[in-house]
Amino acid sequence: MDKKNIHRKSVIKLIAITLSIALVGYILFYGITVGVYNIGNIGKSINYGLDLTGGVNVVLEAQSTDADPVTSEKIDSSILTIRQRIDSIGVSEPTITKQGDNRIRVSIPSVSDQEEALNLIGKTAQLEFLGPDDSVILTGKDVIDSKGVMQTDNSGVEKAVVTLKFSEEGTKLFADATQKYQGQIIKIKLDDEVISSPTVNVVITSGEAVIEGMKDIDEAGNLASLIRGGALPVKLEPVEIRTIGPTLGQNSLSESIFAGIIGISLVLIFMLVVYRGLGFLADLALLIYIIIVLTIMTALNVTLTLPGIAGLILTVGMAVDANVIIFSRIQEEARSGKSLLTSIDVGFARAFGTILDSNVTTLIAGFVLFFLGSGSVQGFAVTLILGILVSMFTAIVITKRLIKILVKTGLFNNNAFYGL
Amino acid sequence: MKRIQVAEKNKLWFTLSLILVTISLGSLFIQGLNFGIDFIGGTIVTMELHAPFEEADARGIVDKFDTGADITYAGDAKTQVIITTKKSLNTEERQALFSGFQEKYNLQAADLLSIDTVNPSIGKEMASNAIIAIVVAVLLMLVYITFRFEFLFGITAVIALVHDLIVVLGVYSIFQIQVNSPFIAAMLTVLGYSIMDTVVVFDRIRENRPKFGKHAYLDLVDTSVTQTIVRSINTSLTTLIAITSLYIFGVPAIKDFALPLMVGIAIGTYSSIFNASALWYTIKEYQFKRHEKAIAK
Repeated sequence: MDKKNIHRKSVIKLIAITLSIALVGYILFYGITVGVYNIGNIGKSINYGLDLTGGVNVVLEAQSTDADPVTSEKIDSSILTIRQRIDSIGVSEPTITKQGDNRIRVSIPSVSDQEEALNLIGKTAQLEFLGPDDSVILTGKDVIDSKGVMQTDNSGVEKAVVTLKFSEEGTKLFADATQKYQGQIIKIKLDDEVISSPTVNVVITSGEAVIEGMKDIDEAGNLASLIRGGALPVKLEPVEIRTIGPTLGQNSLSESIFAGIIGISLVLIFMLVVYRGLGFLADLALLIYIIIVLTIMTALNVTLTLPGIAGLILTVGMAVDANVIIFSRIQEEARSGKSLLTSIDVGFARAFGTILDSNVTTLIAGFVLFFLGSGSVQGFAVTLILGILVSMFTAIVITKRLIKILVKTGLFNNNAFYGL
Repeated sequence: MKRIQVAEKNKLWFTLSLILVTISLGSLFIQGLNFGIDFIGGTIVTMELHAPFEEADARGIVDKFDTGADITYAGDAKTQVIITTKKSLNTEERQALFSGFQEKYNLQAADLLSIDTVNPSIGKEMASNAIIAIVVAVLLMLVYITFRFEFLFGITAVIALVHDLIVVLGVYSIFQIQVNSPFIAAMLTVLGYSIMDTVVVFDRIRENRPKFGKHAYLDLVDTSVTQTIVRSINTSLTTLIAITSLYIFGVPAIKDFALPLMVGIAIGTYSSIFNASALWYTIKEYQFKRHEKAIAK
């Protein structure tokens, strides 16, 4: 190798690029603190899906009857009610969306008790006070406040109860009823199930009442928040439930990251072995690709799900594809007797059309998945689409710059280095 | 490099594909597909029992709800139980089921690892949506290829795609691997990936066309395939390497995606190299000969 031919500036450029990839990569995965700002650490800032954090995902379908058809208003007010109920138990940021005409999708991340959350979401919470003749005295609409508290009863035992405070009209209705049914039993029904049937001893004019028979303070608190949140205007039947416990989610995440790192490393090694010098550049481009994709996902707040990780790893394979097409082209051009730099220009120009056409077809599949799929499938589609777009960019723009810089350094002028 | 005989030995490749398709269709007709809860409805409950368990004990609890339920082990130390019922359990039934295990194995609420419940009505919708999605995707690809290349390229690419679909479905049917919604997403991706391979070959045929005689289809196709085969194999290999690592080291939810992708990419690569362009050659040659005959008359 002729040392004089080594182009200093290009060598420095190449080293600078390699170092900055390492630096950006480090910041991205480990994060740094500059003054009061925390920069990077993608592991913490990326938005994880329910399958990775654990959580509850339910699709509820409104049950239509002839007498009580499902309307758009009823769905909207159901969404409000469900949101209130979830907020009342203080879990983090639920996502509640309308699906089609008669369905509601509810996603709550980081739920520790899955069944409890499910219970809370789907209960119609139709509260009714019925007289001995089954006439309706008042309903949940007449209740303005409700709490779950511990109360000591006449025999001195502490019990969990739900307190009710009626509206002005409710107070009057309740006073009339307790007058009318003195000595008789009043039934308290929740969703057609009798939860308490106290005997009326005195006329209650204070507008307050309690529901007894609660298992513990948690049950009393949940019932109180259901009553406060109000009844759902329609009966909602869960048609799809997917819940994942927090430990399972965490395991899935770390195992998938491990699997992903192995997969990516093997691809990097494969490229290095098969394409040697060009393979090294492709590997650099691939690392840049991964950094860009993860940065965009964080910036756009794209939710990373398990299928999304599968999509990402798949696009790593595809990102390599664009490079392979380009390299094969460059090699062909070089074999036909062109100089290395000319081969690169011609190779890129020729490869561009191929890369475009072949990626558009996969993009079509991605968009169809995104618009016609639901839930987990959409998460896969998003990373697939994003991955294809970014991989085209890195292959066409970044790899080209890298190759030119490497050739200009003059460090490697033997064809074997370029796999020729 | 030795020239690959794709067009020259077209009958060999067609026979091979025909055998694959026949076996696949046969299996699909005879034993069909093993649909999971996403399509037929049902419930899957996973619990951590913290200790190895006897299947009979678990069966004792589960039988109260569904005697046809599947009980399988999971987890590194086989301490987890996965219960799959064909009927979708409602909230009360699920709670009672968990309580049963809770009492027997002294479980906490957090030991309930996951619940999946799908109503049969949703499953039917899913199946019809999947078919719509695949038809829409294939039509859009046909339109794109016709627009960028020519109709004959488009239609042969689509025939190769249908071949890929049938064979992947066949593999799933023969081995009775469960089909759930990730399978559909994977199939659509396979469509995109397989057509990507096909387009790269067609692209080369289009480019090489002026260099060959007007009707030298055989040379044109075989030269183009030879020029692109290394790329086709290398990219499929890199993608397969990445996906296979996911399959080997990943969690079950990821395996559901990875397996059909692996099978599909392998089949797709084969059909892109050996079927699509061979088919194009065969039709071109047929059209040309018919044209010659017409002139001779």
